[in-house]
Amino acid sequence: MKRTSGSWKGWRRVKRESRLDPTFADEIAAMAGSDKLRECIQCGTCSAVCPLSAYMDYTPRRLIAMTRAGLKDDVLSSLSIWVCASCYACTVECPKQIPVTDVMHALKRTAVREGMHPKRFAVPVLAREFVRDVDRFGRNTESRLAMKLYLKTRPILLLKDARLGQRLMRRGRMSLRRESVRQRAQLRAMLRAVEEVEGAS
Amino acid sequence: MSYAYYPGCSLKGSSKAYEESLLAVFETLGVGLAELDDWNCCGATAYAAVDETKAHVLTARNLALAEAATPGPAPVELVAPCAGCYMALLRAQRHLKENRAVGERVHGALEAVGLRYEGRVRVRHPLDVLVNDVGLERIGDAVTRPLGGLKVACYYGCLLVRPYAPFDDQRNPTSMDRLMRTIGAEPIEWPLKTRCCGGSCCGGPLVGTIREAGLRLIYVLLKDAKRRGADVLATVCPLCQFNLECFQERVSREFADPVDLNVGFFTQILGLALGLDERSLGLQRMLRWQLPEPRPVLATAPGGTYARA
Repeated sequence: MKRTSGSWKGWRRVKRESRLDPTFADEIAAMAGSDKLRECIQCGTCSAVCPLSAYMDYTPRRLIAMTRAGLKDDVLSSLSIWVCASCYACTVECPKQIPVTDVMHALKRTAVREGMHPKRFAVPVLAREFVRDVDRFGRNTESRLAMKLYLKTRPILLLKDARLGQRLMRRGRMSLRRESVRQRAQLRAMLRAVEEVEGAS
Repeated sequence: MSYAYYPGCSLKGSSKAYEESLLAVFETLGVGLAELDDWNCCGATAYAAVDETKAHVLTARNLALAEAATPGPAPVELVAPCAGCYMALLRAQRHLKENRAVGERVHGALEAVGLRYEGRVRVRHPLDVLVNDVGLERIGDAVTRPLGGLKVACYYGCLLVRPYAPFDDQRNPTSMDRLMRTIGAEPIEWPLKTRCCGGSCCGGPLVGTIREAGLRLIYVLLKDAKRRGADVLATVCPLCQFNLECFQERVSREFADPVDLNVGFFTQILGLALGLDERSLGLQRMLRWQLPEPRPVLATAPGGTYARA
């Protein structure tokens, strides 16, 4: 096999019917709180207004087509859903009123639940660490979160950004003091109540 | 006039200047802000990416606390200056109303700890309060130091107007432009005013997560604002401000094109016009803040033509 161009991505694999998951689209539509996913006309408006589609492996339009077709594995392991910045431009402009951003959130949740998210990619790591902090303390401490993110994904950047950190600290914009609510037990009890209901259903 | 105030995590951390300038401006205009006691994180968009129901539970606790602090049937006005918090609060309210299954779980979680949310809260952004409650006329009367045609790029970002836009046009918002004109500044014509800054990626700076993509988004915004002659870029969101200010050096290096622009909060610029001093507006916290000398402005007659001396 000879590499011919920079965009070479290997042989396109033929998708077999047996690998499709026919219930996938319904599952995602239900999670996103809208069955409009089925009504997508593949016009590409979402991909056109997306400020980040150039950095995605599949554009939003393709992701919707793939979700509808049931290409579950390809969709859940794609980087696109983690590149999405949740800016809602697609949701606002979609001529069929598909809540594309909510679809992206539903895909993120499903990918995390099924353990198919990219493991060292920073966005899912950030989401997980963020949730862990908020669950324990009720607030997030930006500086600590950033620190964890650096260490777990790209430690080398920590050195590059050290000067920025210093400048912010001198201006009182960064402190490692832990932020927390007083009633941490109350917050935990609320979150536990939801877990119990969801565990029972 | 008095409002409940939900600061959110950023205003206590990297965006202290936003809180300082907001409180100073509201005090000057005689509008009370009472911080919600023991508020918790709004969940931003990152929590919803992991567990949406729990994200709504977090938000609902804040809504319930706001109601508990203001008893009675009257609506509670809750001011959320961070665009991320603002959208998360609006989204939770919307989902609680529209999705019964989610609503039951969230109300159940509140009941489990003896809290209650009736739906009396109105979530407001300070820009909305200033322009629509306080009013431009009153703000204009309070101006002691008109800004002398300072060119401002009014940047609304994403979550203030998307997906909900309760108080302004979704595609071409103008509240901040009108506010800036009232205080003697000159807003630039700017089609990119609602384009994503790359900072709101799942609640964390995209620059920290997908840096290559984030830097380009920043570059596009700063470059275009400068090209259109902006002296300063005004934001309504702590993430936008951080993102657009703190990575300028890196953007300049990456694209071999120096971009340097003052990036501040709209409340800081308003505060300057109200005659507040730099320290009370948190301007000493900015990485870069060099405004040009006020330009002489031609007086205009009521008809819009230049008046003769």
